[in-house]
Amino acid sequence: MRLPCPICGERDIREFYYQGADVALNRPAPDAGEQAWQDYVFLRDNQPGEHRDLWQHESGCGAWIVVSRNTVTHLVSGAVLATDIKRTQA
Amino acid sequence: MRLRDKGTVDRNAPVSFTFDGVSYRGFQGDTVASALLANGIGLMARSFKYHRPRGVLTAGSEEPNALITVGRDGATDPNVRATVQEIYEGLEARSQNAWPSLGFDVMAVNDLAAPFLGAGFYYKTFMWPRAFWEKLYEPIIRRAAGLGALSGKAPTDKYERAFAHCDVLVIGAGPTGLMAALKAGRSGVDVILADEDSVMGGRLNAETFLIDGQAGSDWAATIVGKLAAMDNVRLMPRTTIAGAYDQGTFGALERVNHHTDIRDGKAPIETFWRIVAKQSILAAGALERPIAFQNNDRPGIMMAGAVRSYLNRWGVAPGKTVTVFANNDDAHRTALDMQAAGVHVAAVIDSRATAQAQGNYHLIKGAHVSGTSGRKGLESISVRTSTGIDTIETDCLAMSGGWNPTVHLTCHMNGRPKWREDIASFVPTDGSIPSMITAGACNGDFSTYACLRAGLEAAKKILSALGKTAADVALPEAEDAPYNLEPLWAVPGKGRAWLDYQNDVSVKDVTQAATENFRSVEHMKRYTTQGMATDQGKNSNVTALALLADATGRGIPETGTTTFRPPYSPIAMAAFGAGAEGKGFAPERKTTSHVATVDAGAPMMEAGLWYRPSYFPINGEKNWRQSCDREVGYVRNAVGVCDVSTLGKIDIQGPDAGVLLDLVYTNVFSTLKIGRVRYGLMLREDGYVMDDGTTARLSEHHFVTTTTTAAAGAVMRHLEFVTQVLRPDLDVRLMSVTEQWAQFAVAGPKARKVLNDLLDDPLDNEAWPFMACGDVTLSGVKGRLFRISFSGEHAYEIAVPARYGYSLFRLLTTKAKALGGGPYGMEALNVLRIEKGFITHGEIHGRVTAFDIGMERMVSAKKDCIGKTLSNRVGLLNEDREQLMGFKPVGAVKQLTGGAHLYNEGDEALTKFNRGYLTSVAFSPTFGHFLAQGFVRGGQARNGERMRMVDHVREIETIVEVCDPVFFDPKGDRTRG
Repeated sequence: MRLPCPICGERDIREFYYQGADVALNRPAPDAGEQAWQDYVFLRDNQPGEHRDLWQHESGCGAWIVVSRNTVTHLVSGAVLATDIKRTQA
Repeated sequence: MRLRDKGTVDRNAPVSFTFDGVSYRGFQGDTVASALLANGIGLMARSFKYHRPRGVLTAGSEEPNALITVGRDGATDPNVRATVQEIYEGLEARSQNAWPSLGFDVMAVNDLAAPFLGAGFYYKTFMWPRAFWEKLYEPIIRRAAGLGALSGKAPTDKYERAFAHCDVLVIGAGPTGLMAALKAGRSGVDVILADEDSVMGGRLNAETFLIDGQAGSDWAATIVGKLAAMDNVRLMPRTTIAGAYDQGTFGALERVNHHTDIRDGKAPIETFWRIVAKQSILAAGALERPIAFQNNDRPGIMMAGAVRSYLNRWGVAPGKTVTVFANNDDAHRTALDMQAAGVHVAAVIDSRATAQAQGNYHLIKGAHVSGTSGRKGLESISVRTSTGIDTIETDCLAMSGGWNPTVHLTCHMNGRPKWREDIASFVPTDGSIPSMITAGACNGDFSTYACLRAGLEAAKKILSALGKTAADVALPEAEDAPYNLEPLWAVPGKGRAWLDYQNDVSVKDVTQAATENFRSVEHMKRYTTQGMATDQGKNSNVTALALLADATGRGIPETGTTTFRPPYSPIAMAAFGAGAEGKGFAPERKTTSHVATVDAGAPMMEAGLWYRPSYFPINGEKNWRQSCDREVGYVRNAVGVCDVSTLGKIDIQGPDAGVLLDLVYTNVFSTLKIGRVRYGLMLREDGYVMDDGTTARLSEHHFVTTTTTAAAGAVMRHLEFVTQVLRPDLDVRLMSVTEQWAQFAVAGPKARKVLNDLLDDPLDNEAWPFMACGDVTLSGVKGRLFRISFSGEHAYEIAVPARYGYSLFRLLTTKAKALGGGPYGMEALNVLRIEKGFITHGEIHGRVTAFDIGMERMVSAKKDCIGKTLSNRVGLLNEDREQLMGFKPVGAVKQLTGGAHLYNEGDEALTKFNRGYLTSVAFSPTFGHFLAQGFVRGGQARNGERMRMVDHVREIETIVEVCDPVFFDPKGDRTRG
């Protein structure tokens, strides 16, 4: 499989490190409460279908990216830089 | 028997080879199977279970019977199909699964016991006593069970892996594939055309069809020539597309040199390809299926299409008197081709009452072949007609139950083929593989004309999907005979009628499975072993499930198929693993001192991918402990030198570098003074310890962080995560500089003296106190010096650009030796740090918190950090948790062992009484006894208590005293001195 790195283009999946759901983008405030932290660190829905998850192009440019893919069809529909998402949020 | 003027083998290029030690001759272009048949050899193998004599059934990779072993020693390949192994001068081939010889095989006694050895025999027989299975039954069965054996020697052949990308992958180079590739190629897209055969053309090389008035094989050769001349077309003969995967990725095996004697260790014998194609066309053709009747497995009984292949392609008549048994028109061509070549055709037996003769031969309509005879080869057949049973003398029976489209690849991503009544077989379901179109015989189009047309149409669709204009390619004229067939799966009658030749599965086995309620096709397969091993049921699956459907009173579509999985045909593990064997398994990372270290005779140990010295032996030392104790003495009494370049080094620069460090470390770094170093503890977000290390501040906006050797990659990734994902607003940049700097620990009371001999400006304690850092120069070379210690001694780490590492290591060790010291390895480093109570990943193993290692006070209350919130969970601050402590022996037994468990003195050494475990153990020459670090429930509260240490694996029990983990110089006077 290949992932579309926004910086390097399509690259072999073996160049990437997989982290998990893009939930990790939104770190709660220290005082957000136990439930918020529980949700952030441990709880994942893991539904079949569309997923957005974090990968790092570790053996390439080093960029952390959010990849949209479908866990049923294995279709990879796109990837954006995590940094760009955060900047848009801000 | 070789016929004159038939076939395309090169009669001017004779080739000698051996089979079971006997020399035979063939021609360039022959396979082992065709050459043996030409030499009149019909018996080529013994069957798997009953050791029945078997000959060749097919002419392709689906061959179930004629498995051979090729080569010898480390270049041995077992289970090679004789039908695909091309001969070359000196080829050595051997039969398998026969002892003492193919002609006389003692295990053929199994065949007499056959009434007892049917489906489920093993399951029913070897049930009890249970203990006998592993010790007795399994070894015996494994020895008796067939197929080839590996040589047991390291492979000497070279295997390779490779990658390719294209716009269109055309799988199969028969009439469909050739037309598709021609149209795609002329339209200017990048094409790969792959075919498992050595010669492209598919069935055109095996039939007497004309295309545009030209012989089919000549036409194919012409098209192949045109394709070869196109720069945008890559031809891959001898390449099996073995698996279909996501995103248009295909696994493929190219047999690069199996057909030559080139074994120079440079050219690969096989290459495993990963081919990525935007679009693909499956033109894999079809495979003919046998008919099950009594004793349908004798040498000389083969597929009708295979008989035509041997005749038309290799110029070999597989018998002197040929008969044909079929349920379709197509097989009649075997009789016509044989007659045209001058071979006697005794009869064509057609199960259909309506069958029409297509030439001048003896047609027996509405009849069945009900049995055969002949010991090691076919001698006669019994034909049952409406009037009775006739016997016909024949040494070659060509049979055909129809053709099964080769749908396998379309099932590799969970697609299921669909049943087509008119051809009584399965065809692919559209869309089973994204971006793949199926065309030609694999799609149920069986005439040459239909295939040529389907190839053009498939190419047109693919080009449209690629957004390309399709070039005009004319559709040639070719035969377009209708495919007339009436299903016939098995001839009724007594005796064993074989379905799966490779696994000796008979019709009776399948019906018995159904009777015993193994009605699911997947259960039937596993109960009978139908469809397993190298041919994966290519010849037998459809027939077997038709019979299962009949036995269970269901239709074929609802009975379904078993799952076809990759690979399509067998692939050697050596090909899958190409490039990853030996040193290719993992890269080796070597420090700049590697050569000098190995030259000094130091045994190397692996630390992640790095290689580091265990110890540096000197003359007279008999074991590693002597060397280790001496090296510990260097550091405690004089000076030791150790390469610590493997620790991760991350350069962090920018105005927000301090903010970043405050976020990733539990303690505060933004307040660190320039020219100072601080120890830091890093947590994961779940509150557990991730790593530790020192960070030096070189200037206002410039830090260098070190990580442990093993966690260097993970920490770098983590820092990138924090800067890119959590805080992209920070103005900071990271760079791994592990390889750029060679770094050496110089430790011991005489460390400063060694350095002062080398540094351009000497050190003193005032300017360089403990935890100082800064730039230095050595003979003008810029370096960095850190006054840090992992041993508890007065120590430094000096870093220089990596290109000076070798030189500096030699200088440091020479100076150290002159002062009564020298280099030390990992063993001594470990002893020194255990004496001083420093931890490694042996302790911070992923399940411990800052609290557990006594560092909870390092989690700053003044700021947030990664992991801080969750590290405050109640359960992670419980006094009853296992906490880091030191241990020393206090009883009669003095030995401590890593991994041993701790129990209260009065408790039995059982899991439920477990109170902790030892993580790091060393014999301390400084103290004269063993020391250990470990975790014990209650921790500091148990300081001074005695406990049982029990090592259940090594059977060692020692009474230990729980003590502070810092054994050596707890106040740190020596470090600061």
